[in-house]
Amino acid sequence: MFSFELLLDAVVLGVMLGCFYAAVSIGLSVSFGLLDVPHVAHPAFLVLGAYGAYALNQAGWDPIVAGIVLTPLFYVLGVVAYRVYFETFEKRGSDAGVRGLAFFFGVTFIVEVGIIMVFGVDQRTVQAGYIGKAIDIGDVRIPMRMIAAFGGALALTLALTAYFSLTFSGRAIRAVAQDEIALRLMGANPLKVKQLAFGIATAVVAVAGALLIIVGPVEPTTHRVYIGRTFCVVVLAGLGSMHGTLVAGIVLGVVESIVLTLYGASWAPAISFAMLLVVLAIRPQGMFGR
Amino acid sequence: MKRLDLIKGAAAAALAAIGLGMPAIAQQGPIKIGMSMPLTGGLAAGGKSSLVGIEVWRDDINAKGGLLGRKVELVVYDDKSSASETPAIYAKLLDVDKVDLLFAPYATVPTAPLMPMVKQRGLLLIGNFSFQVNHTVKHDMWFNNAPWGPADTWPRNFVDLGIKHGAKTIAIIAADQEFAQNLAKIAKGIAAEKNITVVYEQNYPPATVEFSSMVRAIKASKADMVFVMSYPPDSVGLLRAVQEIGVGPSVKIFGGGMVGLQFSNIMESMGSLMNGVVNYNSYLPEKSMDFPGAKAFFEKYQKRAVEAKVDPLGYYLAPFGYAMGQMVEQAAHATKSLDHKTLAAYLRANTIQSIVGPMEFAADGERKVSTTLLAQFRGVVDKNIEQFRQPGKQIILLPEAFKTGDVVVPFEKARQ
Amino acid sequence: MSMRRHGFWIGALCVLALAYGLTLAIRNEYAFFAGFIILQFIVLATAWNILGGYAGYVNFGTSAFFGIGVYTAIFLFKALGAPLLVQMAGAAVMGALLGFVTGLLTLRLHGIFFSIATVAMTIILETLVINWKYVGGATGIQVLRPPVTEPFDSYIKMLFVIGVALVIVAVALSRHVQGSWIGRGLRAIRDDETAAECTGVPTLRLKLLACSISGALMCAAGAPSAMYLQFADTTSAFNLNYSVSALAMSLIGGTSHWAGPVLGAIVLGVTQQALTVTISSELNVLVLGVMLILFVVGAPEGLLGLLRKGWARLARGGGS
Repeated sequence: MFSFELLLDAVVLGVMLGCFYAAVSIGLSVSFGLLDVPHVAHPAFLVLGAYGAYALNQAGWDPIVAGIVLTPLFYVLGVVAYRVYFETFEKRGSDAGVRGLAFFFGVTFIVEVGIIMVFGVDQRTVQAGYIGKAIDIGDVRIPMRMIAAFGGALALTLALTAYFSLTFSGRAIRAVAQDEIALRLMGANPLKVKQLAFGIATAVVAVAGALLIIVGPVEPTTHRVYIGRTFCVVVLAGLGSMHGTLVAGIVLGVVESIVLTLYGASWAPAISFAMLLVVLAIRPQGMFGR
Repeated sequence: MKRLDLIKGAAAAALAAIGLGMPAIAQQGPIKIGMSMPLTGGLAAGGKSSLVGIEVWRDDINAKGGLLGRKVELVVYDDKSSASETPAIYAKLLDVDKVDLLFAPYATVPTAPLMPMVKQRGLLLIGNFSFQVNHTVKHDMWFNNAPWGPADTWPRNFVDLGIKHGAKTIAIIAADQEFAQNLAKIAKGIAAEKNITVVYEQNYPPATVEFSSMVRAIKASKADMVFVMSYPPDSVGLLRAVQEIGVGPSVKIFGGGMVGLQFSNIMESMGSLMNGVVNYNSYLPEKSMDFPGAKAFFEKYQKRAVEAKVDPLGYYLAPFGYAMGQMVEQAAHATKSLDHKTLAAYLRANTIQSIVGPMEFAADGERKVSTTLLAQFRGVVDKNIEQFRQPGKQIILLPEAFKTGDVVVPFEKARQ
Repeated sequence: MSMRRHGFWIGALCVLALAYGLTLAIRNEYAFFAGFIILQFIVLATAWNILGGYAGYVNFGTSAFFGIGVYTAIFLFKALGAPLLVQMAGAAVMGALLGFVTGLLTLRLHGIFFSIATVAMTIILETLVINWKYVGGATGIQVLRPPVTEPFDSYIKMLFVIGVALVIVAVALSRHVQGSWIGRGLRAIRDDETAAECTGVPTLRLKLLACSISGALMCAAGAPSAMYLQFADTTSAFNLNYSVSALAMSLIGGTSHWAGPVLGAIVLGVTQQALTVTISSELNVLVLGVMLILFVVGAPEGLLGLLRKGWARLARGGGS
C-alpha cells in the first residue's frame, strides 16, 4: 500500500488540513494564549459562527463573505462575554482558574441549546461554487474547500501578526499580556485593551466558523470535537504566538495525515495528543512560547 | 346536567364495548406505551423523526377508537443518545409510570443496556432500528422493526452485486463506531468466503474532518468495489472528496452502508454528488413499496415534520416508527390482550401487515427475510428536496421483490 | 479527635444499614437506578475535589478514569469471570497507577496546562480502547452479569448498597486527607507551590498521593457501571459529561470542604435525574449551563459558602 506518491499526497493534504486546524484555533490563540482566559467556549462560538454562515448562505450569500459580514456582531459578542468574565472574576482578583473554566462551560451549554432551538438538531452544510471542485497542483489534486481553509488561515495569521506588531492597540494587547502593571503605569487601561483583544479574538472566530462549515458539515454538538483539537494547537504553538499557531496546526495536520496513510486513521488522535504531551513535558512553553 | 353527562358516558361506553366486541371493563384508563428516545446528542435527528412517526400512529389509533377500546398515550423521555441513561429511564417507565407496553429507543447503543433488563423481567420490547442487539442476550420477546433481517444479507447483497459485474477486489472503509464496525466485520468475512481480495482497508475515528487522503488511497488501490460504512458527517465528507479527487475507473460500485444519505437535509445539500452511489435504505417512495396506508401516513407526517423541525421527508425512520405501533395494534386486536407473552407469541407466529410491507419475525426477533434495500441514486439534481418525493431518483436494485431497475456500472459512468 | 473519628464511622455504618434497609423496604426499583447514578457522581465529585479542590490542580480527565474503570471491569469479567468486588478492586489499582502517572505530569505542568494534558490523556486512552478488540473496541460489548447473591433480591439493589459503601470510602478518604498533614500540604500547594516547596513541604509526594487516591476512587466508581449497564461502548464510557459534571458538582457544592462535592453532586444529580423524566429535552442541558454560571458568579464558595454565610448571619442575629 505504501508509495512515495501517496506519502507526498499525505503531506500536501496534511498541510491543508493543518491550516484549517490553525484557522479554527487562532482566535483561541489570542483569547487564551495572550489573555490567559480559559475560554473553553471558543469551539461553541466557532459552531455559532458556522451556523451564522449557514443562515446567510441560505439567503444566497457566499459563506466566506457571510463570515466576514458577521465579524462585527461577533466582536460585540466577544466584548460582552469578556466584560461579564472580567466583572465576575478578574476584577475580584481571586484566582479565576477553575471557576472561569466552569463559567465558560456554562456559556458553551447555553450556546449549544440556543442553536438547537433555532436550527434544530439536523446536520447543516453550505453551498458555494468552489465546494465539490478540486484543482491539480503538480501530481496532487487538492479540493478547493481545503484551499479556502488554507487561504483563510494564512490571511488570518498575517492579519493578526501585522495587527499585533504594526498598530498601537495591537502592541498594547501584547504588552498587557506581558506586563499589565507596566501598561497601567503608562496610562493605558488594561481592561479596555483586553476587551478589545477578546473582541478581536471572537470576531476572527466568525470567519473561522465559516471555514468550518465550508470544510465539512456542522451539528449543534460539533464543538465537543474541537475542544481538544483547538487547545492542542494553541498549546503546541506556545501561548499567544500567531505564526506559531499556523506552524503547530500544520504539524498536527501533517502528522495526522501521515499516520492515516501509514498506520490507519484509528490511531491519529492518539498520536497527535501523545505529541502534545511530549511537547508539554519537554518544552511546556510550546514551540514558539514567549 | 351532570346526570345527563353520566348517562351519555355510560351509553358511549356501552356502544364502544358492543362495537369492538369488548367487555365493558376495557373502559379503564389509557394504555401507556413507554420509551426513551434520543432527543439530544448525536442520534437526535433520527430519534426525533422516528418519534413523529410513532405519534402519527398514536393519533390514528385514537381516532379509530383506541387500542382495545382504550386511548393510547405515549410516555417519552430523552436518553441523550447515551447508553448510560436508558436503564434508569426504563425503570421509571415500569415502576413509576406503570406503562403497559415498551418501545425501544432509536438505534443500537441506547437499546443495548435494556436487553438484559427486559429479559430478566420477561417483557415484550419492540425494537427501533438497532442492529444485532439481541445477539448476546437472546431474549425471546424482542421484535425489531428494522428491515435488516439476517445480519449478513445486506453486505452480502452488496458484494454479490459487485461480483455479478466482474469485481474481484474490494476496499472497505468503516467508521470506528459500533454499527459500522459490526458491518465491516461481516463484510470482511464475506469477502474472504467469496475469494475477493481486500486491497484497501481503513477504519477512521469519529472526529475525522478530511477524507481526501483516504479517497486518494482508494484510487491508488484500484479496487473494483468500495464498501463504505460511515456516519452522517463522514458520508458528506467522503462524497465531497470523491467528487473532488475521483475514485478512478476501476470502481464498479461504491457505497453500501453510508448513514446520512437517507436524511432529507443531507440529500438536499449533497444533490448530484450522490449520483451513482449504491447505498442501503429502508423505505423509498417507489411504486413497488406503495403499501396500504403509506401514502396517508406520509401526508400526515410531512405536515407535522415542518412544525417539529425534523426531517421533512422522513422515509428512512418515521414509517418504521408507525409500524412499531402497527405491530402491537395487530397483535393486541387479534389476541384481545395486552399480556406481553400473548403478544410475543402472536408476533412470532404471524405476519404483520404494516405500511412498510408485511413483517415476519425469526427466532432472534429480527425479520425473517431482509428487506434492506440497495438503491442507486440516479439523475439527482442540486438543491431540490421535492425531487425525492418522486419515484425514480433512487432505483431499487435489491431485494428482487421491490426491484425497480438495474444497476449502472461503472461508478464513474453512473455519476454522469 | 478519636471520638470524632468514631462518630464518623458510626454514622457511616448507620448510613450503610439504612441503605440496606431501604432495599428491603422499597419495592420500586427506579429509586435504586436513579440513586445509583447519583451515588456514582458523588464518588466522582469527591474524588475530583481531592486534587482539584484541595490542591488546585484541575483534572479534566475524569471521563478517562471513569472509562478505564469500566473497561478494567469488563476485562476482568470477560477474562477471569471476576466478581464485582474484584472488578472494583482491580479498577482501583488501575486508577491509582493512572493517577500516579497523572501526578508525574504535575512535575512540569501547572494550571491550565495540567488540565490540557489530562484532556490529551483522555483522548489517547479512549483511542487505545477503541482499537482494543478484546473488550469490544469501537463496536461496544454486551456482557451478562451473574445472578444476584444473598442477601439481596435484585442486582440493582446490590449495586445501590455497594454504591453507598463506595461513597463512604470516598468521603472517609477525602475527610482524612482534608484533616491531616496531607490536606494542609495540598492547600499550601494550591496557595503557592513555590513557597510551599521552599518551606519544606514534600510537594511531589503529596501531589502523587492526591492523584493516586483521586484516580483510584474515580476508576472504582466506573467499575460497577459495567455490570449496571451490562454493556460498554467507548462513547458512553469516556463521555465528556463525567469530566464536566465532576467539576461542576464540586464547584456548586464548594471545594474547600469534603462535604461540598457531596452536596453539589446530590443537588445537581437529583436535578438532572428529575429533569430527565420531566422536561426531557435540550432544556435539560440549558439548566446545567445556567446553574453553572449562576453558581460560579453568584456563589464563589458554592452551596457550602452560602450555608456558612446564612449560618453566620443567623448566629449574629441570635447573639445581639
